[in-house]
Amino acid sequence: MKITGAQSLIKSLEAQGVEVIFGLPGGAILPVYDPIIDSTIRHILVRHEQGAGHMAEGYAQATGRPGVAMVTSGPGATNIVTPISNAYMDSIPLVVITGQVPTGAIGTDAFQECDITGITQGITKHNWLITDVEDIPTVIAEAFYVATTGRPGPVLVDFPKDIAQTEVEWVEPPSFDELDLPGYKPQLDGDAELVSAAADLMAAAERPLLYVGGGVLKARGAEALLALAESTGIPVVTTLMARGAFPDSHELCLGMPGMHGNYTAITAMQEADLLVSLGARFDDRVTGRLDAFAPKAKIVHVDIDPAELNKVRRADVGIVGDARRVTEALVTASAGRSQVDRSAWRTQLAGWQAEFPLTYDPAEEGQALKPQAIIEALAANSPADTIVVAGVGQHQMWAAQHWNYDLPYTWINSGGAGTMGFAVPGAIGAKVGEPGRTVWGIDGDGCFQMTAQELVTARVEGIPVKIAILNNSYLGMVRQWQEMFYEERYSEVYLTPDLPNFVMLAESMGCVGIRVDRPEDVLPAIERANAINDRPVVIDFRTDASEKVFPMVPAGASNSDVVVHPTQRAGA
Amino acid sequence: MAEPFSGTTERTPVTHHILSVLVENKAGVLSRIAGLFSRRGFNIFSLAVAPAAEDERFSRLTIVVDAESAPIAQVVGQLNKLINVVAIRDMRPDEATERELLLATVSVDEEGRQDLLAHVAHAGASIVDFSSDAVTVSLSGTPAAADAFERHLEANYGAVEVQRTGRVALPRLNPPA
Ligand SMILES: Cc1ncc(C[n+]2csc(CCOP(=O)(O)OP(=O)(O)O)c2C)c(N)n1
Ligand SMILES: [Mg+2]
Repeated sequence: MKITGAQSLIKSLEAQGVEVIFGLPGGAILPVYDPIIDSTIRHILVRHEQGAGHMAEGYAQATGRPGVAMVTSGPGATNIVTPISNAYMDSIPLVVITGQVPTGAIGTDAFQECDITGITQGITKHNWLITDVEDIPTVIAEAFYVATTGRPGPVLVDFPKDIAQTEVEWVEPPSFDELDLPGYKPQLDGDAELVSAAADLMAAAERPLLYVGGGVLKARGAEALLALAESTGIPVVTTLMARGAFPDSHELCLGMPGMHGNYTAITAMQEADLLVSLGARFDDRVTGRLDAFAPKAKIVHVDIDPAELNKVRRADVGIVGDARRVTEALVTASAGRSQVDRSAWRTQLAGWQAEFPLTYDPAEEGQALKPQAIIEALAANSPADTIVVAGVGQHQMWAAQHWNYDLPYTWINSGGAGTMGFAVPGAIGAKVGEPGRTVWGIDGDGCFQMTAQELVTARVEGIPVKIAILNNSYLGMVRQWQEMFYEERYSEVYLTPDLPNFVMLAESMGCVGIRVDRPEDVLPAIERANAINDRPVVIDFRTDASEKVFPMVPAGASNSDVVVHPTQRAGA
Repeated sequence: MAEPFSGTTERTPVTHHILSVLVENKAGVLSRIAGLFSRRGFNIFSLAVAPAAEDERFSRLTIVVDAESAPIAQVVGQLNKLINVVAIRDMRPDEATERELLLATVSVDEEGRQDLLAHVAHAGASIVDFSSDAVTVSLSGTPAAADAFERHLEANYGAVEVQRTGRVALPRLNPPA
């Protein structure tokens, strides 16, 4: 059967099990938009290509399946560079198809030509420029294989217009096993001797911690982690990328470490004699000043990416492998070993938890809403399996701190890149992947204005997400740094509370808009929003602009110098 | 493990490793490798590329890496993540037989010519081209020999134009214990 290259591309995507593409057409990708009409694949037309990329990411983070985005050449392609970089930092399986000018025009500065494979070389796991119509099924299979296996990540396939228009005999794509990628062989199983050495260290450690990163979620390893923690009795910290990988309400859970982690999680890392890092990468936001980080700890480092071992901190035992498989192997290896008595460690941890819980000053009569209280109210009044998708800033940190995540894949955010504007499209993508679940986007007033127009997409496509704007009328996180480290010299951080009018903006996009100023209106607004399922809802919560995120490890400082909430400081 | 080789000559880096990298012969592979080095802050001292003898699908790169710009294990680890990189052999200088090719055009008058010829013969170099007032010589040898030869030419003759290929290397058959 002869088909066009464009049809071959769509058939190849269907063959990979793609159910949805987020995209926006244009000249170079035009031929591919014709066979989409006849495809089983749903296409969601975005309002800006950045939205397509973040939707695909939200979809991937919520479901574990690769997200797919398709855009045209030139500006369409450059508009999706930010999401690609975001996916690279957070190891999200993302497949981006870009249109390209005809092969004969490449290199001539043709209309809407841009070297997108060059631009994205450093922020993709790999990218391809298709130069032969016969290669399409194989390249697409390779793209999905590379994106979803090993350490997942973004890939890009650049697709010249003339290739789309060339006829070719359809050939079924090769299976992943048949692909010829001699330089790509992810190692899944950990070395048995190293696993055994790690289990020895764990059994003997008096102050051990499981330091859990996003890799555990990528590896679908939450169950194995629970088994490891319970069978060894070792407490757990979950990084910003791993919230929900271990239940927050579990007695062994210490919560989030890092720059805005809680005191106990941060201090436990500093005092530990063993850190067992599972799918985490010793990011600077977790370690603080590196030479002062966890000074007494031996390190077991488990990662599927061999280059992560010894990159930041030397591992005493470095194990290359899939986080779930290695965790399971550690469970088995630990079964034959008795764990030392750790009652002193547990007492110390409990003492810190009692002395330094997460805290904030509740609003007094007539004061503005406290953002932390809003997060708590949202959490208390939404279904247990609600998916939270955050923007970037103070609201993100409060959402990570004050919502109890007991289930994996209920917390989605932009961690490594810190991409403002992630929440609205990210929430839309998550809702597309999990249409039966409640999805709350928790956004800042600054972030919201970067990608809010995708709510039009959500309304038109019938994707009823809910967005809570914590409107402090500031680029709050930057304001916090200026307050604390620049003598309150506020520079270019004030946004004005009433422009735009968020309620009118939401209504203009076909959403329900609600504004909340007073504490007594918080709950009714949340209940009303949760009851609406035929369109998106936006709540403009007017919050206290002076609130700061605590605890805080100032940039470049040691974790041991964590700044706690003012009421918890000595003499307070 | 022995310390990395400490060079003594000006051109030879203080500490370097030689990476022999087998890559798939795909479009853009050199740019991927060069881009990786620059974005991760790894320094390259020299780079030589040729088709791999064993299979036309592959090329072999010999990369001399500044071992002080980054831990070699990190350089190797990041390079290995490139999908088109098939295999990497990491050699310390004392584990490798290294060679490079030097070409030099030297202006020389009738008088100096005898002297030059003598030095060429002594160094094991050869004359590959000449005119009435210049000679092009070629030397293939160890990087240190090439350094010494180049220094001699620059010290003793007028205009000297030198080109060097960067080294290629294979593991020594009897490496140090
Ligand atoms: C695209 C982008 N630009 C700039 C920044 C730097 N930045 C980090 S947080 C922040 C403020 C975010 O403001 P808002 O969305 O209102 O959230 P808030 O901190 O007030 O909760 C800024 C500007 C960023 N992370 N991403
Ligand atoms: Mg704000």
